[in-house]
Amino acid sequence: MSQTKAAAAASLQPDAELDITDVVCPMTFVKVKAALDDLDEGQILAVRLNDGEPVQNVPRSLKDEGHKVLKLSEAADGTYRLLVRRAPD
Amino acid sequence: MALSDAQLERYSRNVILKEIGVKGQKKLLAGKVLIVGAGGLGAPAAMYLAAAGVGVLGLADADRVDLSNLQRQIIHATPDVGKPKVASARETIQALNPDVEVRTLEGLVQADNVLELVADYDFVIDGTDNFPAKFLINDACVLAGKPFSHAGIIRFKGQTTTWVPGQGACYRCLFVAPPPPDAVPTCRQAGVVGALAGVLGSLQAMEAVKYLTGVGQLLTGRLLTFDALSMDFRTIKVARRPNCAVCGPTPTILRPVDLQPAVCDLKAAKTA
Repeated sequence: MSQTKAAAAASLQPDAELDITDVVCPMTFVKVKAALDDLDEGQILAVRLNDGEPVQNVPRSLKDEGHKVLKLSEAADGTYRLLVRRAPD
Repeated sequence: MALSDAQLERYSRNVILKEIGVKGQKKLLAGKVLIVGAGGLGAPAAMYLAAAGVGVLGLADADRVDLSNLQRQIIHATPDVGKPKVASARETIQALNPDVEVRTLEGLVQADNVLELVADYDFVIDGTDNFPAKFLINDACVLAGKPFSHAGIIRFKGQTTTWVPGQGACYRCLFVAPPPPDAVPTCRQAGVVGALAGVLGSLQAMEAVKYLTGVGQLLTGRLLTFDALSMDFRTIKVARRPNCAVCGPTPTILRPVDLQPAVCDLKAAKTA
């Protein structure tokens, strides 16, 4: 990621926040889909997710459905933070 | 209305599908499907639609559960023998999925009630076992502009097609009129494999799910036949009959009519 892109991503303000660290596959992706469904096209969802299977699968599944994964970063507590922009229906 | 956490979990395998998702699940929950006949076809159809979370399931059947039904009508169980089929089916559905509202008609679907009955639903499943009922449902659905799935089963063979207003052939385009009484045996006389009923009833449920969610291609203008012995599925294109008595440009059938059931059905019904 270039510095300008990183700066842009850092400044992205999520429209909604979701924590999926308390669920496992497939509820991780199901919850993200449901949260995105509540947003409008172009809005941004921030997702807190666990390392391992969620980090491997959730971003990939989101891309498969046409959503734009903007940023995935590790947080201080070992969880990850994912920013995703909702695709049109 | 947002789906609850329990609903997201119950329907997770639907929601995860790109073609269904949250929006499709909401369509299913808002959907109303009428199932005429809680028997071999209606049992699997009702159970899969209940499991899928179809919001309202209408069930119409005049019969009571008979021991000989249980070989294929899996919505009923041994303790249900003697109960009205719609009552037994309601219990199974409510145990399976409390999200589903079940509406029942314990009685015959006839010319004088069929239009009123189908009017309340988005999609109709014909799970009946006799020709007069199949023509009645076809005519009523065509007259009311109500999409429906036809299926028929006997021995090891089944067939199914779907009609949607303005799309494809109706049942009367394919078969014009019922065969003469006794020309075709009923499954009482001829026998039918339970799993075959499961295959065809499940296909009907699949069509209802596709119609409600708006995904895929329905069996409109096509007749699917299944031969369980050779394990052959065939799909035949079927055209509208230009002079069809009910869906043609100058219809002669302008309201539903009760046709005389085959004599053997009457006898069997009286002794059942």
